[in-house]
Amino acid sequence: MPSNGSVSDAPITQFINCRILKEHTLQREDLWVRDGRILDPEKLFFDEQGYADRQLDCGGAILAPGFIDVQLNGGYGVDFSTPSEDPGAGVAFVAKKILEHGVTSFCPTLVTSPPSVYHKVLPEVKVQSGGVHGAGVLGVHLEGPFISLEKKGAHPEQFLRTFGGSGGVNPLLEVYGGLDNVSMVTLAPELAGSQSVVEELSQRGVTVSLGHSVANLSQAEEAVQQGASFITHLFNAMLPFHHRDPGIVGLLTSNRIPAGRSVFYGMIADGIHTNPAALRIAHRAHPAGLVLVTDAIMAMGLPPGRHTLGQQVIEIQGLHAYVAGCSVPEALEAASLHPAQLLGISHQKGSLEYGCDADLVLMDDQMVLEATYISGVEVWRK
Amino acid sequence: MRLVILEDYDLASEWAAKYIRNRIITFRPTAQRYFTLGLPTGLPRAHPESYHSYMWNNFFKHVDIDPANAHILDGNAQDLEAECAVFEKDIADAGGIDLFVGGIGPDGHIAFNEPGSSLVSRTRVKTLAKDTIVANARFFGHDLSKVPTMALTVGVGTVMDSREVMIVITGAHKAFALYKAIEDGVNHMWTVSAFQQHPRTIFVCDEDATLELRVKTVKYFKGLMHVHNKLVDPVLTMKNDLS
Repeated sequence: MPSNGSVSDAPITQFINCRILKEHTLQREDLWVRDGRILDPEKLFFDEQGYADRQLDCGGAILAPGFIDVQLNGGYGVDFSTPSEDPGAGVAFVAKKILEHGVTSFCPTLVTSPPSVYHKVLPEVKVQSGGVHGAGVLGVHLEGPFISLEKKGAHPEQFLRTFGGSGGVNPLLEVYGGLDNVSMVTLAPELAGSQSVVEELSQRGVTVSLGHSVANLSQAEEAVQQGASFITHLFNAMLPFHHRDPGIVGLLTSNRIPAGRSVFYGMIADGIHTNPAALRIAHRAHPAGLVLVTDAIMAMGLPPGRHTLGQQVIEIQGLHAYVAGCSVPEALEAASLHPAQLLGISHQKGSLEYGCDADLVLMDDQMVLEATYISGVEVWRK
Repeated sequence: MRLVILEDYDLASEWAAKYIRNRIITFRPTAQRYFTLGLPTGLPRAHPESYHSYMWNNFFKHVDIDPANAHILDGNAQDLEAECAVFEKDIADAGGIDLFVGGIGPDGHIAFNEPGSSLVSRTRVKTLAKDTIVANARFFGHDLSKVPTMALTVGVGTVMDSREVMIVITGAHKAFALYKAIEDGVNHMWTVSAFQQHPRTIFVCDEDATLELRVKTVKYFKGLMHVHNKLVDPVLTMKNDLS
């Protein structure tokens, strides 16, 4: 039956026989998509007297928003921080591969590098929508170089920097070459001069994340008050929780977070970076802030192919649900809704509300992926 | 009349659903000959608890009905009288209602035909009785001030014109209304009683709804259940019909 064209001629797809993630639970509902967005079927029925052009039987599968990975350094032999002939092509290659693991949007991440690398790579990595060509690029995540020497982790020491005395984002513009297409910056707030940086970055719409830092709790709280809203891989590369000074970890239960704002925290839930018991403590303390990230790199001691980034996402999903003892909807939200909220795009991504982009994943009860959709178009199937 | 008594709400609902299913199947509707189902009207559109939402979530989204074939009285229409007149005409154009399914209020009203409504009334605007407003408060967070006070409704006469009427009544709070509807006289204070004068009426209720009836009435109709249950035996679906 052709759809009634009173509002739009675009074809309408109805996903049937599925359980969708809505209102924090899995509900037995159909999902309607038109023009790459999720459609309100009630309005369609009564206002337009319209109906679906085609129905897609999901076979009882779970239908959830596509995953959003805000910390992804590369994969499949590509390292975003190592400039190649064509950095854009490297990003595109990874963007295509991660579709197999349900990631529909991501932030290519660059670790601490010399300015020459940033100047070469950043102009080639642009914000763009996803599609059959690959997951959408939401913007670059710059992890460093304004981080703590003591907590550099795997970052190269010789390229760490401080803010200098001038204040504002000028030191960043110098190092990075510009802030276009940058969606997030990880920095250490205890570095002198960080307040004005945090404030100005936040005003520019760049998400500020605290990480690779030896900040104490009040330094971290001040940074949050200036606008910081994320913690890069909680527990790793920061001072451990101490009962008299919880450090950055204490932000999860701090009472000095400005009203109406929330602090999100990234977790690499592979069971290796964080002991599952610690993951559970964080989750129970602040479940709404949990953001699953892969922090996957080109070569993490894992052979390329199914064992790299992609496999980790799957493991993370399954492992998280098992390890944290949280429910399937909570795990799914940690990989979709929460990162979208963190980046301030939850009206468009990370959710199956009417009007949101139809970036979807189909999975079975073991959370094994069956298909990935971007803007309502199938971009990968098992 | 037929009075079908089931043990509880769930069984009564199931019986009613099967009956409707069977009626539709045996009617063998086609693209040229529709089965027209009538349902009581409800609250204005604008509110989240609107009847449109209610009908969508509880009925339309579960079936593949063409939206053009779903006619709901629009309480937000510019000209309410015209809206009512068009509705009556739509029913006539569709060939009349084959089966009207409704419930009754604790004050014995059918649709929003409150006590005192004419038994030959047509589709029109009605001011709701206090009882009805209180009963609807559950849809508005129990805040009486938020419940609409006016509604469009099909008339008693409109329902009487249907070829068959099914009234579903469950719960002890409806028991007195059921008594007034079937064991007392035809009276405009209990508008459901009008169906005593309809050739094909079926009342489906649970045990609690029979609490105010005479034991004799209840026993008589319970004794007929073996006949009634034949009405809900599965029939061949239309898909199996090759003719």
